[in-house]
Amino acid sequence: MKYLCLVYGTESALAGMDDRHCVAYDEKIKASGHCLASEALQPVQTATTVRVRNGKVSVTDGPFAETKEILAGFYMIEARDLNEAIQVAAKIPPAEVGSIEVRPIRPIRETVKAARELRESPEPAR
Amino acid sequence: MIGAMDSPRADDARKAVDAAYRAESRRVFATLVRLLGDFDVAEEALHDAFRAALEQWPVEGVPANPRAWLVSTGRFKAIDGIRRQSRFDSVEDFETFAEEIPAEEAEREEIEDDRLRLIFTCCHPALAPDAQVALTLREVCGLRTEEIAHAFLTPAPTLAQRIVRAKGKIKDAKIPYEVPEASQRAERLEGVLRTIYLVFNEGYSASSGEALTRADLSLEAIRLGRLLVELLPEPEAMGLLALMLLQESRRAARATAAGDLIVLEEQDRALWKRDLIVEGIARVEEALASRRFGPYTLQAAIAAVHAEAASPQATDWNEIVGLYDVLLGLDPSPVVELNRAVAVGMRDGPAAGLRLIDVILARGDLAGYHLAHAARADLCRRLGRGKEARASYEKALALSQQEPERRFLRRRLAETPA
Repeated sequence: MKYLCLVYGTESALAGMDDRHCVAYDEKIKASGHCLASEALQPVQTATTVRVRNGKVSVTDGPFAETKEILAGFYMIEARDLNEAIQVAAKIPPAEVGSIEVRPIRPIRETVKAARELRESPEPAR
Repeated sequence: MIGAMDSPRADDARKAVDAAYRAESRRVFATLVRLLGDFDVAEEALHDAFRAALEQWPVEGVPANPRAWLVSTGRFKAIDGIRRQSRFDSVEDFETFAEEIPAEEAEREEIEDDRLRLIFTCCHPALAPDAQVALTLREVCGLRTEEIAHAFLTPAPTLAQRIVRAKGKIKDAKIPYEVPEASQRAERLEGVLRTIYLVFNEGYSASSGEALTRADLSLEAIRLGRLLVELLPEPEAMGLLALMLLQESRRAARATAAGDLIVLEEQDRALWKRDLIVEGIARVEEALASRRFGPYTLQAAIAAVHAEAASPQATDWNEIVGLYDVLLGLDPSPVVELNRAVAVGMRDGPAAGLRLIDVILARGDLAGYHLAHAARADLCRRLGRGKEARASYEKALALSQQEPERRFLRRRLAETPA
């Protein structure tokens, strides 16, 4: 089961984090086999929001939502279940100053593929 | 076959189905969730199993082990249904799924574990507290959605939605159906106890509205507490059970027939239920003896000291203050501090209690808590400081939501000359 762990925190709290700790954890979680992908993000001032309305692209400065807690990075992990995902998330260093949102991955490709196969297959016997 | 259509036998069989439903349906359900991996599929399988029992037991006789029969029938029906629905399952998938039921001995332990699994899953901290409560009452206690909605003064569709959402999260976020491993058990047990106590309190002192108590919920919480102690005899689980029993023992004494609140001091102690007190005290002593007890056990121990006293004057206030001291050390909170201050007021006189309460109120922690102002008012009244007492009763009244409590405060106001 895949989960995306989104790392949130206020800018000031996150500024206090030591990058070396984060990288050390990243190496550890990669070695454990739990981590599928992970990145840290540039500060929120560098964010650009893109929308398409009536076929027109609109570009604005800043993040989509104005919140005190900003998205600072992510880990895509593989875990047996939510309990294991929570254990992994609890060890992500910024969990101590910010918060980690753990979101299960929706198997969108599998769902679409299964629906397509069902449509293409001949009518069932019963 | 002798007397297959014999009516006394059919009647007995129907009674056996009813009895099995009352005694076993939640156990069977808990096992089916493990075997089938899904709450809704298990629920349907449970109903199919009982429907089959109603048809087959009158004809074929009541099986030697009704529970095992219901589990295997429920599982068979569910597998059959799944096989008919999906043509994509490989034969191997199906065979793994349809693995034989383990030997009876192993199964017995598994079934007890299944009920614990069910409790821990329904009380998973990733579910919102109100969803935990609803799910526990629905799945562990087997209450109907309408019953739960009624008890919580919530519209039934809202409550049903809450349950559907919680089950959706269990499935989509993959909350595992397991008893947490030893390293996490204490923390997770705390969550289970909190949920059970929430149910109890909703039944004991309704958070709003006219009804002072909704006894059924409290009894359901006690039943849950007993089940938990039976399945997992941890000291704090015993402590919570004891606390609920001791509070419940005073139910008949804590309100007048008209629903007016009677404070502990003024309760007719002859109305306290002795059997609940005896059981509660036994549980507290057991929990205390473990030396691994926590806040629930200490609160129960305090309730036990009250329960043992023949009158308010005969209460061992020194013991109560001492227990509050230990409780504060373990689980500091302004509300516990307030209760300790009241106990000090009983032990050392109202002036001593008032000094402590004023310190707490000055910190601002409990400024919005009606019981802090009511306690202050009471101590002022005892000291003959009528004007101050009235001001504090007024503050408490402005903050209280619960009608019987408001009536009590108005009565006190009327009795207190300025």
